[in-house]
Amino acid sequence: MSLDRASLKSAALAQLCAIAPEVDPQEIVPARSLRSQVDLDSMDWLHFLVGLHERLGVEIPESDYARLVTLDNLLDYLQAKLA
Amino acid sequence: MMRFELPSLGADMDDGTLLEWLVKPGDSVHRGQVVAIVDTSKAAVDVEIWQEGVVDELRVMPGEKVPVGAVLATLREPGEAQGARAGQVPAGPPAATVASIPAAESTTAAPAAPAAPAAPAAPAAPAAPAAPRPDAAAASAIAIARHPVSPAARQRARALDIDPERIAGTGPHGSVTVADVEAAARQPSAAGPQTTPVPSSPPAAPGAAAPTAAPAAAPAADAPTSAASPSTPPAAALARERQKAMRKAIAAAMARSKREIPHYYLAEPIPMGVALAWLQSVNAGRPITERILPAVLLLKAVAVSLRRTPELNGLYRDGEFAASAAVHAGVAISLRGGGLVAPALHDVGSKPLGQLMTELSDLVRRARAGSLRSSEMSDPTITVTNLGDQGVGSVFGVIYPPQVALVGFGRIAETAWAQDGWLRAMPVVTASLAADHRVSDGHRGALFLAELRDRLQEPQTLDESPP
Repeated sequence: MSLDRASLKSAALAQLCAIAPEVDPQEIVPARSLRSQVDLDSMDWLHFLVGLHERLGVEIPESDYARLVTLDNLLDYLQAKLA
Repeated sequence: MMRFELPSLGADMDDGTLLEWLVKPGDSVHRGQVVAIVDTSKAAVDVEIWQEGVVDELRVMPGEKVPVGAVLATLREPGEAQGARAGQVPAGPPAATVASIPAAESTTAAPAAPAAPAAPAAPAAPAAPAAPRPDAAAASAIAIARHPVSPAARQRARALDIDPERIAGTGPHGSVTVADVEAAARQPSAAGPQTTPVPSSPPAAPGAAAPTAAPAAAPAADAPTSAASPSTPPAAALARERQKAMRKAIAAAMARSKREIPHYYLAEPIPMGVALAWLQSVNAGRPITERILPAVLLLKAVAVSLRRTPELNGLYRDGEFAASAAVHAGVAISLRGGGLVAPALHDVGSKPLGQLMTELSDLVRRARAGSLRSSEMSDPTITVTNLGDQGVGSVFGVIYPPQVALVGFGRIAETAWAQDGWLRAMPVVTASLAADHRVSDGHRGALFLAELRDRLQEPQTLDESPP
């Protein structure tokens, strides 16, 4: 499954809003740390990644978590994985 | 004849508003079954029953606010005949005044009307959305945040893939009941699928995909919807009311704690290098859906360590402490939009880590969806709070009465750590203990923290069940 960046972005933001309904996706700055913009604890973050895994079928090993800081990081990562 | 009473769902609860019955007269009930949903100031709670029998009479109707201990329903022993009911059960607290209301008026428990042939067990749906009772709507200022959806209804909606937020409720305070969800399910286009489609699907015509926006559209359009009635305050005002009620409940419990409990506080930095390396290797072999968070390892370590210091785990009531054999850890969970709850993760000491992770994950999800069970609210024997995700180094908690201790964890942070004559970088967490000086002393508290530190140096032993 290959997806363009815009589709991946909307999938990621939809998943984020499912976990943090108070978030306005328009206000997320793609180059800034996601967890500094949205109040996500480690359980929320795990649920976010599990949700992406289930939506997109991407495997995200724990050793890769550290690379996933901003929305841009995440989209780069997902695009590379799905290419 | 047995009585089913409103249980206390925490030190900060004096009364509750019955939102929904999930049983009706004549139904058999078993231990642990969720039979009613009650709104406390903190959350809508699924109330379980701990007796076996047959429901005889529902004495409190949806929308009524009753004190803790009020008789909600009467039950017959499995073999007991119906009848001679009133004489045997003494009238309970105030709630009894409503016992004369015929059960058929209840929204969800309504037995099938004689006119409806067949389908004896299912609640007669067309008749069910009873007109909102004005007294019920006015009964309590406390309503449910945002769009009120009962936990059972939420669950049913998930099963049916319906968005409960788009359904107009016919329950008390305009809440969405199971019957509302099922009615909505029979109207295919009304409430659309719950999740947004995967982006790979072709974009549908906007008009077709957009679910009917008006919340009132869901069940029969002509059904009376109290949610839309002008007398109901708007959602924002309800959320504010709810916030206020929750702050008040927290204030009452915490003020009581500080007034009655002579707290003492201890803290200990615990090296986490071994534990995190072990957890990493365990998680590497697990799919993302089964990975274990460090928070779970900490919870389990607390439970196991408490075996040495039972005076930290239990309840202090009427001037006396009773230790608990099992550790039911109250996990402090912050709610989006403010406030917190600390429901119990049951029997933490005897469960493997994978199971604890699944249960914690479920507990957090349900706490935030406002769907906790009564036993989870009333059972905790100690509280564990973890504020590390917010970045603080340590936390000194306020004990939740009638418990006698609270364990707090800060952030796991890389720190300069001296050991065996060497200085190295080490992930370290500060564990703290707030404990009740009426029951234990600093020396015993220190033993607990030392045990906790030692246990976390042998993480593999934490995944075993006790002998």
